[in-house]
Amino acid sequence: MRHIISILMENEAGALSRVAGLFSARGYNIESLCVAPTQDDTLSRLTLVTRGDDQIIEQILKQLNKLIEVVKVQDIEDAPHIERELMLIKLQAAGADRDEVMRLCEIFRGNIIDVTETSYTAQLVGPGEKLDAFIEALGRIPVIEVVRSGALGISRGPRGMTV
Amino acid sequence: MNLSGAEILVRCLQEEGVEHVFGYPGGAVLHIYDALFQQDQVKHVLVRHEQGAVHAADGYARATGRTGVVLVTSGPGATNAVTGIATAYMDSIPLVVLTGQVPTSLIGNDAFQEVDNVGITRPCVKHNFLVKDVNDIAETIKKAFYIASTGRPGPVLVDIPKDVTDPKVKVPFVYPDQIRMRSYNPTVKGHPGQIRRAVEMMLAAKRPMIYSGGGVILGRAAEPLTRLTRQLGFPITNTLMGLGGYPASDRQFVGMLGMHGTYEANMAMHHCDVLIAIGARFDDRVTGNLAKFCPTAKIVHIDVDPASISKNVKVDVPIVGEVDTVLQEMIRLLEHEGGQPDGEALKAWWAQIEEWRGMNCLRYRMSDEVIKPQYVVEKLWEITGGDAYVTSDVGQHQMWAAQYYRFDKPNRWINSGGLGTMGFGLPAALGVKTAFPEAEVVCITGEGSIQMNIQELSTALQYYLPVKVVSLNNRYLGMVRQWQEFFYSGRYAMSYMEALPDFVKLAEAYGHVGMRIEKPGDVEGALREAFALKDRLVFMDFQTDPTENVYPMVPAGAGLNEMILV
Ligand SMILES: Cc1cc2nc3c(=O)[nH]c(=O)nc-3n(C[C@H](O)[C@H](O)[C@H](O)COP(=O)(O)OP(=O)(O)OC[C@H]3O[C@@H](n4cnc5c(N)ncnc54)[C@H](O)[C@@H]3O)c2cc1C
Ligand SMILES: Cc1ncc(C[n+]2csc(CCOP(=O)(O)OP(=O)(O)O)c2C)c(N)n1
Ligand SMILES: [Mg+2]
Repeated sequence: MRHIISILMENEAGALSRVAGLFSARGYNIESLCVAPTQDDTLSRLTLVTRGDDQIIEQILKQLNKLIEVVKVQDIEDAPHIERELMLIKLQAAGADRDEVMRLCEIFRGNIIDVTETSYTAQLVGPGEKLDAFIEALGRIPVIEVVRSGALGISRGPRGMTV
Repeated sequence: MNLSGAEILVRCLQEEGVEHVFGYPGGAVLHIYDALFQQDQVKHVLVRHEQGAVHAADGYARATGRTGVVLVTSGPGATNAVTGIATAYMDSIPLVVLTGQVPTSLIGNDAFQEVDNVGITRPCVKHNFLVKDVNDIAETIKKAFYIASTGRPGPVLVDIPKDVTDPKVKVPFVYPDQIRMRSYNPTVKGHPGQIRRAVEMMLAAKRPMIYSGGGVILGRAAEPLTRLTRQLGFPITNTLMGLGGYPASDRQFVGMLGMHGTYEANMAMHHCDVLIAIGARFDDRVTGNLAKFCPTAKIVHIDVDPASISKNVKVDVPIVGEVDTVLQEMIRLLEHEGGQPDGEALKAWWAQIEEWRGMNCLRYRMSDEVIKPQYVVEKLWEITGGDAYVTSDVGQHQMWAAQYYRFDKPNRWINSGGLGTMGFGLPAALGVKTAFPEAEVVCITGEGSIQMNIQELSTALQYYLPVKVVSLNNRYLGMVRQWQEFFYSGRYAMSYMEALPDFVKLAEAYGHVGMRIEKPGDVEGALREAFALKDRLVFMDFQTDPTENVYPMVPAGAGLNEMILV
């Protein structure tokens, strides 16, 4: 099963490589990984998407917790949550395709963020499936480049993940 | 008073009460060596290879329970230490390993003797640090000792660039009293509700079995373990790492379990209805085929590391906590609430176990012609009164040592179980002897393993560390040969040592005493003679039966009840 795991860790050089190294050394799978500072500048937040049965996920959570620089780990799948991903996508768009791209962007609530005579670059936000669906809907419109952030997740309700 | 980084480092070691550092100098650590040279509180043992330094510190730690300390230079000094670090990591041994690094300004430049020590060791340390500022040394060292020795212990590496120890840069020194880390809080006390549930389950058991491991040794819990086991009257087995956690000469001890465990231990594991796992990690050498492991048992598991619990085998009552406090709490519950185990059921269970024990699975046929390795270990046990510190290398001799030297006390049996590192035994013995100069320290080894760190015979002479080396020389990489006999139709691919040195002359060349023993009738006499030479290192080269195998054996893929007996 797919799980989104949120990690608060010390904002120190090397912490990220410990997390990445753990996954490769123990043969766990990483679908995506995303890391950035938080409102507390001593902490960074890492979100990763992995797959595994319950026993593997339990081991992943325990092994992450063992890393000395990891302050907190949460499987956000455990409670109601929101998942979002950012995609920047560059498309070949000339002639009639230009209208088609604009229309699709509107439907998917995306924005065009760069324009040339032959291309559009669009920005879309949403759960992973929505981004997949957008690419699907493009049909024969050629895709030049896709950049995706990987999933981010946050729990619903007033409580936050703090140390 | 202001001190240089090198001086601060040495002061930190003093503050930690470190008496011995095992190491080897080089360019990147010269400032540190200079500071060490100018004091005499922390003594330095100069080994002959950095791997030896780590194993020596490791042996020291295993025997004393204190954190072992290593100091090596950058680049090759550090890479030579890696096997030792991984060895300690796999067996959860507390070490602080100080490595030199190129100056901070050169890091990342492929500088002379530069290697990414933090990166190379990341997968085989509990934690590691790169110190980039002289002002951070004290706190980092404090953290290193704290992390290495608490919770599930393990090696911690501190990488120190040369400029950080520059004698010209002096800063104030304050050693922190305490360390608090929001991201590291090793759980200590077990959950009371879980402990109660476990005790209830134990008292209800018809066929209980205690399976204890290295965690009992690491957690200094042999005493409460022995008390609880006696109080309950349950059978107990130890892993290879747990030997000595319960007295081997006691009736309730059914021997080691696992791949080369006794028939009675493995059968009792297979048939028990409640298994109490204490500081043991369900290693594959212990469980055999997981699908066939303890098919009828409910399992209680006490371990300080939550990740050890339900990793390989799903357990029914997990207890995360220090063995010592959890066992004390169990004893208290039993005493205060007067619970009694099921005496009738226990009697029947013991009758069954005695029947298994009656198989006498460790018997071997004596010979008048050729020395049986098991016999050497039995005689060694007798002559040392079962009271020696015994280190070993890896192979058949290691298993015979574990099976035939009956350890009655913890911290006496010192071997590499998790990584299985040939070359561990001799330097580890030197580490033990450094800690306990008055104690009898024996290294049981094979002619293959001993050659992997034989250079440490030189260290033994320099520091006057008269250990005894008992080499069970079968001219084969015996453990490999055994697998080839069993599983490769006797195709002995590269497991025979065509050329061996004359170990007697070799020992003499290093300034020690060498003995070659060829006849079974000479074994006892030779051992007595060697142990009478109190102040000499004696290398005993026993020419043992090359065809001998380690029995019983659980072959790969089999269940614990499917052993090959003699
Ligand atoms: C050639 C060879 C053959 C082998 N054959 C066998 C064999 O037949 N049988 C066998 O048993 N082994 C055998 N081994 C060893 C095996 O590979 C493992 O090293 C060993 O079984 C692990 O022992 P353990 O479970 O006691 O764990 P250890 O590695 O000693 O781990 C200790 C456990 O205790 C926990 N712990 C540590 N401190 C505490 C504390 N204070 N409180 C609570 N918990 C704590 C740790 O978290 C860990 O889970 C063999 C090795 C070799 C090289
Ligand atoms: C460093 C290292 N290399 C290889 C092995 C694989 N190995 C395990 S036991 C063994 C043979 C050991 O031979 P010896 O020391 O003579 O002991 P014996 O089995 O003959 O008693 C080997 C090669 C190992 N454990 N460690
Ligand atoms: Mg051999």
